[in-house]
Amino acid sequence: MTPGSKAFYRLTKPVVLLAGLSPFILLVLRAFELTSPGLGANPIETLLHELGRWGLKFMLLTLAVTPLRRLTGWGWLLRFRRMLGLLAFFYILLHFTVYAVLDQSLDFSAIAEDIIKRPYITLGVLGLTLLLPLAATSTRGMMRRLGKRWQKLHRLVYVVAIAGSWHFYWQVKLDTLDSTVYALVLAVLLGYRVYAWRSQLNKQS
Amino acid sequence: MLIKQASDILSSEITAESVYLRRRQLLKAAGVATLGAILSPPLKASEAVPGASGKLLPGVTRSPFSTDQQPNSWADVTGYNNYYEFGTGKADPARRARDFAPLPWTVKVGGECDKPGTYAYEDLVSRHRLEERIYRLRCVEAWSMIIPWVGIPLASIIERLQPNSDARFVNFRTLYDPDRMPGQRRRTLNWPYEEGLTMAEAMHPLTLIAVGLYGRELPNQNGAPMRLVVPWKYGFKSIKAIAEINFTRTQPRSSWQQATPSEYGFYANVNPEVPHPRWSQARERPIGAGLFAGKKPTLMFNGYGEQVASLYAGMDLRKNY
Repeated sequence: MTPGSKAFYRLTKPVVLLAGLSPFILLVLRAFELTSPGLGANPIETLLHELGRWGLKFMLLTLAVTPLRRLTGWGWLLRFRRMLGLLAFFYILLHFTVYAVLDQSLDFSAIAEDIIKRPYITLGVLGLTLLLPLAATSTRGMMRRLGKRWQKLHRLVYVVAIAGSWHFYWQVKLDTLDSTVYALVLAVLLGYRVYAWRSQLNKQS
Repeated sequence: MLIKQASDILSSEITAESVYLRRRQLLKAAGVATLGAILSPPLKASEAVPGASGKLLPGVTRSPFSTDQQPNSWADVTGYNNYYEFGTGKADPARRARDFAPLPWTVKVGGECDKPGTYAYEDLVSRHRLEERIYRLRCVEAWSMIIPWVGIPLASIIERLQPNSDARFVNFRTLYDPDRMPGQRRRTLNWPYEEGLTMAEAMHPLTLIAVGLYGRELPNQNGAPMRLVVPWKYGFKSIKAIAEINFTRTQPRSSWQQATPSEYGFYANVNPEVPHPRWSQARERPIGAGLFAGKKPTLMFNGYGEQVASLYAGMDLRKNY
């Protein structure tokens, strides 16, 4: 079975999907105390933090596909990018749902106040909002219909990733070590693109 | 008749104004506490707490200052802690303070007082009757717990140390020992942790030095062997593992003030109307209420306004946050 063959994708895609959903499955098990430790003394906070972190992790994995593909020459990596992006969307949407339903008990005026007054929440909601059209146009049919505009539209993912990473950094009370690591990884992934884009310009001129 | 100026009054014999002004309240509190001690049966609840460990403290009496709200579980109180000396995660202190041996312990006392020196923990604490104080705790991160502390009023320790009339503030410091407190190996905060109170706040009958929890010795992750508890202020004011007490003329700067002066002030009174710059303080999440309980409104001075609001009469609490 060679990478890139039909049999290869038929086997690996479900495995990657299951691996991508396993943090979610584990959280569900913890929420029902089916594994130890459970979600701890502040279960809503645990859910919020875990879902947000996994959302960012899959966002970074999605952005790592292009640099990795170019550096290694493994063209088949591209076929996993949509799944990784949708997993990021899945976790970020759940993150927001836990915030709105469990943390804020769907108190819309409190949520609106948060979005207006708390910059880190403004950024988070901005990121999720920009992610919605990307998820909606992720199907093969939409790709075909939008043609060249599809790629333009999906460059929004850079804005989403920066907003998400900044949202994490601003939310932390004091110890910004973890959020700085996420931001550095993002900086490397975006820096690679700037570098590649500039060397391409140099070649053309 | 010529009245000769008395020259032999030590400044320490002059009662600090803050103490003088609160004399009635202090007398009343002392009376109530004694009465409570006589009337109350010995604590039994502490023996039946699931998961509890540590030596039972003898002779603990009930206090009229306790809330009748149901305390949080032992697991919640000892498993969800902000104690950066043992790591910045909430579960870190329980895990990383396990091998911390609090005793023997000494407290260095200095500054504007007549009994400075180094005091052994037993010397400071064991001469006083232990009281159970079930207090509300409101963290600046907008969550809250109900905690059955065991301790003695800070006022009774301070009286013995005899602050002089220049003492306007009390400054506390946590132990600094990166070998025993692994969180201090990273400079997350400006070690050692520091906190401060005005003399009036320190002498207030609600202000407690806690040495126990649920009728037992204070667990390491909760600040063993002795920590401050000021229930009407955000939790970070209640400094843990106190190794130094200084009486000062000027307002001390707390560790959180030093870290982020725009976000944390000296007073840090619980106040639903003054938001933290990054989040609201209007509501709080009660720990232990489950996934679907929702938040509840935060009370001014964490519900202790009747007892403490007079300390801040005429003060702009938006400025003095």
